[in-house]
Amino acid sequence: MPAPVITAVDLTKKYKDFTAVDGISFEIAPGEAFGFLGPNGAGKSTTMRMIGAVSTRTSGELDILGLDPNQNGPEIRSQLGVVPQQDNLDMELRVRDNLIVYGRYFGMSRADCARKADELLDFAQLSDRSKAKVDDLSGGMKRRLTIARSLMNDPRILLLDEPTTGLDPQARHILWDRLFRLKEQGTTLVLTTHYMDEAEQLCDRLVVVDKGTIMAEGSPAALIAEYSTREVVELRFGSDRNAVVAAELEGVGERIEVLPDRILIYSNDGEAELAEVVRRGLEPITSLVRRSSLEDVFLRLTGRSLIE
Amino acid sequence: MTVLSDTALAPAEQARAAAVRPRRWGSWYVAEHRIRAIQSYYKTLLFTAIGSPFMYLFALGVGLATLVDKNSGGAFSGASYLAFVAPALICSAAVTAAVEECTYPILMGFKWNAIFYGMNAAPLTGRQIVNGVFLAVIARILPTTIIFFLVMLVFGAVPSPWGWLNVPIATLTGMSFGVVIASYMATVETDAGQPAFIQRFIIAPLLLFSGTFFPLDSMPVYLQWIGWISPLWHGTQLGRDVSYGQVEPGWLIAVHIVYPLALCVFGWVRTQQVVTKRLNK
Repeated sequence: MPAPVITAVDLTKKYKDFTAVDGISFEIAPGEAFGFLGPNGAGKSTTMRMIGAVSTRTSGELDILGLDPNQNGPEIRSQLGVVPQQDNLDMELRVRDNLIVYGRYFGMSRADCARKADELLDFAQLSDRSKAKVDDLSGGMKRRLTIARSLMNDPRILLLDEPTTGLDPQARHILWDRLFRLKEQGTTLVLTTHYMDEAEQLCDRLVVVDKGTIMAEGSPAALIAEYSTREVVELRFGSDRNAVVAAELEGVGERIEVLPDRILIYSNDGEAELAEVVRRGLEPITSLVRRSSLEDVFLRLTGRSLIE
Repeated sequence: MTVLSDTALAPAEQARAAAVRPRRWGSWYVAEHRIRAIQSYYKTLLFTAIGSPFMYLFALGVGLATLVDKNSGGAFSGASYLAFVAPALICSAAVTAAVEECTYPILMGFKWNAIFYGMNAAPLTGRQIVNGVFLAVIARILPTTIIFFLVMLVFGAVPSPWGWLNVPIATLTGMSFGVVIASYMATVETDAGQPAFIQRFIIAPLLLFSGTFFPLDSMPVYLQWIGWISPLWHGTQLGRDVSYGQVEPGWLIAVHIVYPLALCVFGWVRTQQVVTKRLNK
């Protein structure tokens, strides 16, 4: 395996009494797409800020491209592209100017900035909006512009904090497509998300984080294989009946999870379990057999849902 | 093993090389960015910069002056009221512009237009961000004072050939206000009308009681301290010294120079500290 681009050992961040990141360790290889999956408040963004060399760690070791962010913040940041959770584009400038001023921060010449800006506007499908005011862009367009901005310096590592939160499905798919292309070009992607589908689509490997600690690590498929079954049956009996019916489902599937709004039956053959439920005379209002997802892994590991 | 350590070292070396220019020129890149933003509303600025000196000099230096000059009894060291009030007005114009650029842009940079975080995610440091913002403030108030001075010349408000020194004096006065206010604005987490409060209850009273429209010593003694703590009074007095030869003792002239400079240094460094701390969450 090539030398990792990011290595964290016992990485910790405390704010007075609150521990946001509690001794996490991980390694990210060059060219890898690595994800932090967890609910809001799990410590994902704090971890990203430490990797982004803008937030000083409380303790532990952090090595990015062979440098220590405490000493070499600007050096590390010169190699990163950062897409923060909330767009921080300059609303006072127009679309193309946002890219140009940003390129200048990396010491690029004005001519290089202009050339690169046009190239990236094309990549982000924003060429026809280059003179528009940022305020007039849709949410998805702003996000794409932020990604374009993060690529001005041809970063080795791209940090994406909740890249598609708040976007409609179509905008998300356009964004994922762009991120795929970057991955194909060999850019290391580090992203946080609380969307399991996003993690499954984009990540080669991910860690499940909760309350500042790592609960599990692996590829999406490996995590599902380890912590869940192949399929899941979702049954709804109405919120007041779910708990009552659950008692009558004993022995169905490998494991049963009762949530306030539905019952989940974990099994390798969902259809067979559903047939058994019907045979027992239980009549769900709705039923659905689906493949297991990272959401189920998270539920198994933490007892809680990802999006609360 | 050698090969492995070489490949491990390469990215670090590349990073070091890539950070040389941002480390050296980062402050200028930020200034360039801010000036580009200021340019987007340059028409308003230009209109104000040209219109307001005409308005003030005409109203006070010509209109009010006809009344004052008849009754002043030589209160302005023999100078006309126009020559007396013009250095104060150019300083006030610089202060107004500086305060404008040091309130909302600082507040917004952390909040509604959170560009400071974007700059910091690139190789720039909090210190460079502050330097750049302040350099842009200078770039904004310098033309304002130059235009103001030219209008003063048109009105014949500058008898002395040293009068051009009003431009750097006013710029210094504006900055000494601006950076101190910026150091406070950088600590503000939520906008509860602080910029308006500063404008109404700090800038406006200082404008009225800093020997702007009448000599400080014509005010009651218990109010004269306002002038002493106000850089506007020091700047204005210095402007009068160079404009029409108002004579002050050397030590007082030294105070007029050192005090605004000290405020500049204090405010500048303090803002750097506050911004650096706030960015490092």
